[in-house]
Amino acid sequence: MPKIIFEGEEYQCEPGESVLDCLLRQGVSVNYSCKAGVCQTCMMVAEEGEPTPASQVGIKETLKASQHFLICSCQPQTDMRVAIPERVGSSFETTVLAKEPLSADVIRLRLARPDNYDYLPGQFLNLTNDAGVTRSYSLASLPQEDEFLECHIRHIPGGRVSGWVAEKLQLGDTVTISQASGQCSYLPGREEQPLLLVGTGTGLAPLFGIARDALQQGHRGPIHLYHGSSTPEGLYLVDELRAMDEAHENFHYHSCVSRGEAPAGMRSGRAADLALEDHPQLSGWRVFLCGREDMVKGLQKKTFLAGAGMQDIFADPFIDSSASGEDQTAA
Amino acid sequence: MSEALYDRLGGEAAVNAAVDIFYRKVLADDRVNEFFDGVDMEKQAAKQKAFLTMAFGGPNSYTGEDMRKGHAHLVERGLNDTHVDVIIELLGGTLKELGVADDLIGEVAAIAESVRDDVLGR
Repeated sequence: MPKIIFEGEEYQCEPGESVLDCLLRQGVSVNYSCKAGVCQTCMMVAEEGEPTPASQVGIKETLKASQHFLICSCQPQTDMRVAIPERVGSSFETTVLAKEPLSADVIRLRLARPDNYDYLPGQFLNLTNDAGVTRSYSLASLPQEDEFLECHIRHIPGGRVSGWVAEKLQLGDTVTISQASGQCSYLPGREEQPLLLVGTGTGLAPLFGIARDALQQGHRGPIHLYHGSSTPEGLYLVDELRAMDEAHENFHYHSCVSRGEAPAGMRSGRAADLALEDHPQLSGWRVFLCGREDMVKGLQKKTFLAGAGMQDIFADPFIDSSASGEDQTAA
Repeated sequence: MSEALYDRLGGEAAVNAAVDIFYRKVLADDRVNEFFDGVDMEKQAAKQKAFLTMAFGGPNSYTGEDMRKGHAHLVERGLNDTHVDVIIELLGGTLKELGVADDLIGEVAAIAESVRDDVLGR
């Protein structure tokens, strides 16, 4: 009979037993509710061993791809090492390859991609500073194309990690990062489907990765990317995105300025409002939302009510790391 | 009856077809949507799916105690019979939209009705 390894301990399965029953029988306390493969309360990640197909029915495609499964519905066929999703993660040492401003307060940080470092564009990594403080930053690079990992870091005055990146970090320095995680990514399939991408501030980083990934994987449906900021100076990668708009018939870039009159080539209004005005009917669309938590949560509800399926909405709210507002972090 | 209600409705595919329609109706209905303010939408959608699976007569292992615990915080905020009525109405509307026959809708409503007292902590 297979055994389950969870938080460093081994648990022997009995015939016909699910991973959940095996852990419960041996006194392990784990979250669960319906025990029928529906409520997804008991979701875990298989770090070793294969989840059974039955244990991945009904969960999001991006979660399937990253070995998430429901332990109540998995009768293991092989030994498995399992973990609670938030506790997954090994760390990597890497070096700083480039650091340059993208706008007045956004820094492009490029790190060497460690060997065997797998990720999907749009996922995020945790970056740890010299004092051991960690923040999450989304990946804007493409694994199949870029040899580096790229993050866009908003320099927040007093930010413990962003301040360290801005003021102390030098080219060639060694830094510690986590493996990439997160579910806000493009997966191939349904390449005629229209895509709606809306981001504010450095919410552009994952969207920039996702849009390029979709194009590179041959997505044929229209891709609309809305990037919003209060002022024109807050928008960045404008030239690159305009060039992508020129180069790809199905890629449409909308730069949105919420305060005051927008300069030529940009639009006046909030990115979320303009996206919904342009596309009031989202039935059949795939939606990616990244940036300020209030924008992302609000638009998640609005795009769902406008017809997008819950399985097709990928939301990545950036949570403020502290009450004082220092360092925004992807989550 | 020969076949189980869950199979007559179409099983998991029927739940999948219903869940977004049902959740959209709930969120759009001012009589009940205040109870869903600020919740994590993805987790809530999975719970809606579990509820529909149960109401469709499908596999579940919910107990009366689970129902009581899961809704106690809402009862404190004023959840009462009128809200349960609305949910059962929206459930019926969802099934009607999917072309389900009235007698089957009646059976689903009866299952939903059977957990009313537990949900309301009585």
